[in-house]
Amino acid sequence: MELTLDFPKVRAIVESYTEKVDSLIDSYAGNKEQLISLLQDIQAEFNYLPQDVLIKVSQKLDIPLSQVFSVVTFFRAFTLQPRGRHLVTVCLGTACHVKGGSRLVEKMERDYGIKPGDTTEDLRFTLETVNCLGCCALGPVVVVDGKYESKMNADKLDRVLRSYK
Amino acid sequence: MVEQVRRLLEKRVGSVAELEKLRQSIVDKKDSGRTCISVCGGTACRASGAEAVVDAFVDEIERRELQVQVEMKETGCHGFCEKGPLVVIEPKKIFYQQVKPEDVAEIIAETVLGGKVIERLLYVDPVSSERITYESDVPFYKRQTRTIFGANGTIDPTNIEDYIAIGGYSALSKVLTGMKPQKVIDEVKKSGLRGRGGGGFPTGRKWQSCRDIKGAIKYVICNADEGDPGAYQDRSLLEGNPHSVLEGMIIGAYAIGSHQGYIYVRNEYPLAVRHARIAIEQAMDYGLLGENILGSGFDFTVTINKGGGAFVCGESSALMASLEGKIGEPKAKYVHMSEKGLWDSPSLLNNVKTWANVPLIINKGADWYSKIGTAGSKGTMIFSLVGNINNTGLVEVPMGITLREMIFDIGGGIPNGKKFKAVQTGGPSGGCIPEQFLDTPVDFDELTKLGSMMGSGGMIVMDEDTCMVDVAKYFVEFLKGESCGKCTPCREGINRMSEVLNAITQGKGKREDLETLEDLAGILSAGALCALGQTAANPVLSTLRYFRDEYLAHIDEKKCPAGVCRELIQYSIDPERCEGCLRCLRACPTGAIVGEKREVHTLNQGLCIKCGACYDVCKFDAVIRQ
Repeated sequence: MELTLDFPKVRAIVESYTEKVDSLIDSYAGNKEQLISLLQDIQAEFNYLPQDVLIKVSQKLDIPLSQVFSVVTFFRAFTLQPRGRHLVTVCLGTACHVKGGSRLVEKMERDYGIKPGDTTEDLRFTLETVNCLGCCALGPVVVVDGKYESKMNADKLDRVLRSYK
Repeated sequence: MVEQVRRLLEKRVGSVAELEKLRQSIVDKKDSGRTCISVCGGTACRASGAEAVVDAFVDEIERRELQVQVEMKETGCHGFCEKGPLVVIEPKKIFYQQVKPEDVAEIIAETVLGGKVIERLLYVDPVSSERITYESDVPFYKRQTRTIFGANGTIDPTNIEDYIAIGGYSALSKVLTGMKPQKVIDEVKKSGLRGRGGGGFPTGRKWQSCRDIKGAIKYVICNADEGDPGAYQDRSLLEGNPHSVLEGMIIGAYAIGSHQGYIYVRNEYPLAVRHARIAIEQAMDYGLLGENILGSGFDFTVTINKGGGAFVCGESSALMASLEGKIGEPKAKYVHMSEKGLWDSPSLLNNVKTWANVPLIINKGADWYSKIGTAGSKGTMIFSLVGNINNTGLVEVPMGITLREMIFDIGGGIPNGKKFKAVQTGGPSGGCIPEQFLDTPVDFDELTKLGSMMGSGGMIVMDEDTCMVDVAKYFVEFLKGESCGKCTPCREGINRMSEVLNAITQGKGKREDLETLEDLAGILSAGALCALGQTAANPVLSTLRYFRDEYLAHIDEKKCPAGVCRELIQYSIDPERCEGCLRCLRACPTGAIVGEKREVHTLNQGLCIKCGACYDVCKFDAVIRQ
C-alpha cells in the first residue's frame, strides 16, 4: 500500500485540523474497541484517512500502527487516497443489478475514466459501489454527495452529473 | 446547568407505576379526533422527495395558523416504497401516494379543512382500476399482518412519547415487576421464536445457553449489519421503531443477566444510526436505560457501533471481532458465541427483527404468538419484495403464506406484462425458486428444502428478461469481493467458481464446467470456516438445479436466452419501428449508430460495445436485443 501520497495542499489542511483530530480521538475516551467508529468519523471529516492522522490514532489509542492499517484496508468503507469533490456511489444490490445498475458503472469507466475506487484526475468525482442501500423500489440508484437519484440510466446519469462541478 | 438537571430529573420515570401515569397523561393529551398528517420519512420516501413535502406541510400549516388543529408527523417507513412519498391523514387514514410539495396546499385546503378526498392522489388498483381511499383497503396492505411493523407508520421514531403512548415499554414493566429471568426465557422458548437473521436458530435456546454460563460480564448485541443485497427491513425497523428493538434488548439483557449492550449497524444506513442514537438518549433520559431501570435495581446501557462495510461482519464471530476494533474475520465455532463471544465473555447476539418480536411475545403471551405461523416457524416475517415486481416494498406476513400470494396478491405481479421466472430468497446464501414452486408455503424449513433459505427476508423477483447464469455469477462475484480470505476453501473456491461462470457467460464454457461447479460447491460447504463460504454455492446450485437449460444454452449454443450476457448478444435497430428521433444516436458513446432525423437509423456492429444505452433511451421499442 502506497503511503506517501500527501499533496502539500492536503497536508496543510490536515495540519490546520490537528485540533479537530484531537477532539475526535478524545471523544472516544481512549476506547480501543471504538477504533472503527473513530476512523469513520475521521474519514467523514477529511474525506479520506491521511497517514499522519493514522499515526496519531495509533499513538493515542495505543494500538499498533500495523493493526490500524489492517483495519483500514480490510473494511471497504475506508480509503487511504484523497477523494474527489463529489462522491458518486452506484448501488449494485441485487434489485439494482437486475434493473441494470452495473451498466452505470461501465458508463463511468467509459466516459469519466474511473473504475470503482478511482478518482478523476481533476479530483471532480470519486466512484464507489455499494452492495445495497435498501432503496430497491427506486433502482437503479445512484447517490451523489448523499443525494439519492432514482431509476437511473446512462443518459440520466449524465444530466445529473453535469450539475456537479 | 441546574435547569437542565432539573428537567432531566422531571423526565425520569422512577417506577412502573410512574410509567403508567406518564402513558396515561400522554394519551389524555392526544385528541383522537384531531387531524394528524403523517408523512413517510423512510430512506426510500426521502429519496423520492419526502423531506420537501414535510417542509411544505410545515410552511402551509404555519401560514394558515393551523398548529393547534393539525398535528404533523414524520414517521418511519410505511413499507410501500414503490409509491413514495406517502402521506396518511388521520383519523380517517386517507392514503395519498406520490405526493409532491405542489400538492400540499391543496391537501390542506381540500382534505384537512374541506373534508374532501383528492382523487388524483389516491392509489389506483392496477387490477380493478379502482381508486382506493384508505390505507387499509390498499391490496398491498390488506393482506399483511403487521404486528411488528405496524407502528412504523403511526409513530414519530424520534419521540419516545409516541412509542410510550402505543403501549411501549409495557413489556419491560411486566418483566421487571413480575417475571423472574428464567420465566422470561421460558416464555420466549414457548413462543417458538426463531432467529430472524437467517439461521433460524431457536431464540429461547440461545438465551438459555447464555444464561446458563457462569460469568460476571455478559453482553447483548443487536445485529443490524444487514448485508444481504435487496433486504432492508432491519434498517426500516431501526429507523421507524427503534424503541421496540431497544425494549427487546433490555428484556434480553435482564433474562441473561447482562449490563452492556451493543447495536452493530451498517454505516450505509445513516438515518437508522441517527434514530437509534436518539432513541438511546431518550431512553436514558426517561430512566428506561441506564442505572436502576424503572426502580428495579437492574442496570443496562447500550452503545452504537457503526460497521465498516464488510458483508462478513453479519456473521456472529466476525461481528464481535469488529466490535473489538479488529478486522472482521470469523472464528471456527467449536465454542458458541453465547458461551464465549465478545471479549471472550458470553454474548447474546440477535437480529433486529428478533429483538423487536420480544416485547410482543411478553405482552401478548407465548400462546398467542405461537398461534401465528406454521408448525416449525412461528410468528410473522418481514420480507422485502423487490426486483421486477409492481409493488416494491416491505411486507409483513404470517409464516406459511405462499410465494404466489406474496408475489401476485400483495406484490401485484410482474410489471410490463412480463412473465415471472424466479424469486431469489436468502441473499447470497440463498437460492432461486422457479415458477413450479410458487405454491410452497414460506417458512424456514420449506425454503431450505427447495435449496434456498429464509435468510434475513430478501425476496428478489425476476422476470423473463433475467439471465439465471448471470444471477449466479452476480452472487459469486459479490461473495468473491466479500470473502475475508481467512480460509482457503472460501478464498480459492469462490474465485474458481467465478472464473468458470465468467467463461460460461462469455461463451467459452464447456459441458464439464457444470461438474466443476458442483465439485467446488461440495468443497465449499464441507470445508469453509463460516456460513459465508459454506452457503456460497447455493445460488449456483439452485440455478443449476432449476435452470440447467439456460446454462446449456450458454455452453452449447453460445446464446443467452434472456439477452443479458454481453458477449452473447447483439443489438440492432428494427427499421419498421424506428422513427428516426436521434435519441439513440445521441446516447451511443461510440458513434456506432448513424442516421438522419426522421430517417431509419442503422447500427454498425463493428463499433458497438453493447452498452445498452440505445436500448434504454428508445421510446419506440425499436432497438432489438438478441
